[in-house]
Amino acid sequence: MWRDALLVAGKDVRIELRSRVALWQVLPFAVLVLVLFGFALGPGPAALRAAAPGLYWLAVLFSTVLATQRSVAIESGEGTRDGLRLSGIDPAGVFLGKAAAVAIQLVAVQVLLGAGIVVLFDVHLQTWWLAIAASVLATVGLSAAGVLYGALSAGLRVRETLLPLLVLPIVAPVLIAGSRAWSAAVSGAVASGASWLKILGPFAAVYLAVGIALYGPLQETA
Amino acid sequence: MTARVRWVTRVIGGAALVTTALTVWLGLWVTPPAKVMGTLARLLYLHPPIAWVALYCAFGLAALSSVLYLWRRTRSLFWDRLGASAVEVGVVFTALTLVTGSLWGRPTWGVWWTWTARLTSTALLLVLFLGYLALRRVPADPDVRARRCAVAALVAFVDVPIVAFSVDWWQTLHQRGTVLNPGLTLKVHGSMAWTMGLGFLAMTLVFVWMVLVRYRVELLADRIGDEELEVSLSERWAEGATVADAAVPLALPDAVPGAPTGRGAAVGPVPEPLGGRR
Repeated sequence: MWRDALLVAGKDVRIELRSRVALWQVLPFAVLVLVLFGFALGPGPAALRAAAPGLYWLAVLFSTVLATQRSVAIESGEGTRDGLRLSGIDPAGVFLGKAAAVAIQLVAVQVLLGAGIVVLFDVHLQTWWLAIAASVLATVGLSAAGVLYGALSAGLRVRETLLPLLVLPIVAPVLIAGSRAWSAAVSGAVASGASWLKILGPFAAVYLAVGIALYGPLQETA
Repeated sequence: MTARVRWVTRVIGGAALVTTALTVWLGLWVTPPAKVMGTLARLLYLHPPIAWVALYCAFGLAALSSVLYLWRRTRSLFWDRLGASAVEVGVVFTALTLVTGSLWGRPTWGVWWTWTARLTSTALLLVLFLGYLALRRVPADPDVRARRCAVAALVAFVDVPIVAFSVDWWQTLHQRGTVLNPGLTLKVHGSMAWTMGLGFLAMTLVFVWMVLVRYRVELLADRIGDEELEVSLSERWAEGATVADAAVPLALPDAVPGAPTGRGAAVGPVPEPLGGRR
């Protein structure tokens, strides 16, 4: 399973590196969202600073939808899914691999967004490890849930409109817990921030488990 | 569906009607106004039962039938239809939960909506299962659709406790569970308790009846779909056959022994049936 996951992740990442879709579309989109939030809230630094953690996570969520759609689109070419199924790769491995590829892109997005809120919104993180821990756990959860729902909507003509409707409510806990944890990381309230990791952790674990269990039946679908 | 099931459906429907009417009568005329909330408390004969049906009966049933569908041994479209019916009724009841809660919240709290744990997680639940219904409306092979929907229902169901837990950490001004509070001591007394109990019974019956009817509609819709396919297939066959019948004598002036006729001819080469031009 793990070897298969590595293979699939390697394939997806290689495609991304060559096609540069993530680089030229997802990353600029994330920054654009931040700038638009800035316009919406006005130039007052206090309001921006207070809203920054929430805006950061909202931008991450939107980018997740884009990255997931991209990840599904890779497999939607003529006969690609059949090829993947015939290759004898464990479905759980496919799931983990695709989730890992999305996670790598999300890490890139988050690094950029983190720099973005520091530069644009004048935010200073007091507790770095808390913010990073929250981000890592959230990234795992987001990519697992995203890929699972991506597989669900694969091969549908209405995928672009359906996927956000399905994914965004599912990842709402990540938005809540992530932005609370980051607020705590900004203000330095470690204890209250760390307790939010207790939501991000189980979320990631649950969706990894569900994905490993249910990706197989979904792939039979095609 | 057999006549017996239809009869049971009718009986349950009748019982649902009677109990609902009784609840309305007891709730509006017989029971006294509550001490603190006054006549507003009457909404509580309806609101908790509706929420109970939405959150536990409907989505519980949907999750159960999704599991049973995904499990190979019990895989059957029966579970798919049952789950879909349960979700659809559940979405209606969830929306009703939010509406009745909102109606109660306005005079009691002074606002239509607050960002409390329960309200927020119920609203998210509604959106989650609206997503399920959207997925279900996408045309696909029944088996494919069933599998997709079963996974979606399960994932949404798994999300419910996480959502509930995460929004619960926001400080909340919503009541804790009134009937099922930790000590399990009933805080509702006398005729009011009876009425509330009857409300639970009534809403559960309404739910069962709606699911049964909805299941039947789903079944009939599937059957019509199959039949339409059959009909249009045989129409095509017939068309092909008549065209071939008209064409064969032209192409084969002298009756060739063993020349194809009728249905079989449509499969074989039909020489330029319609004047040779498109």
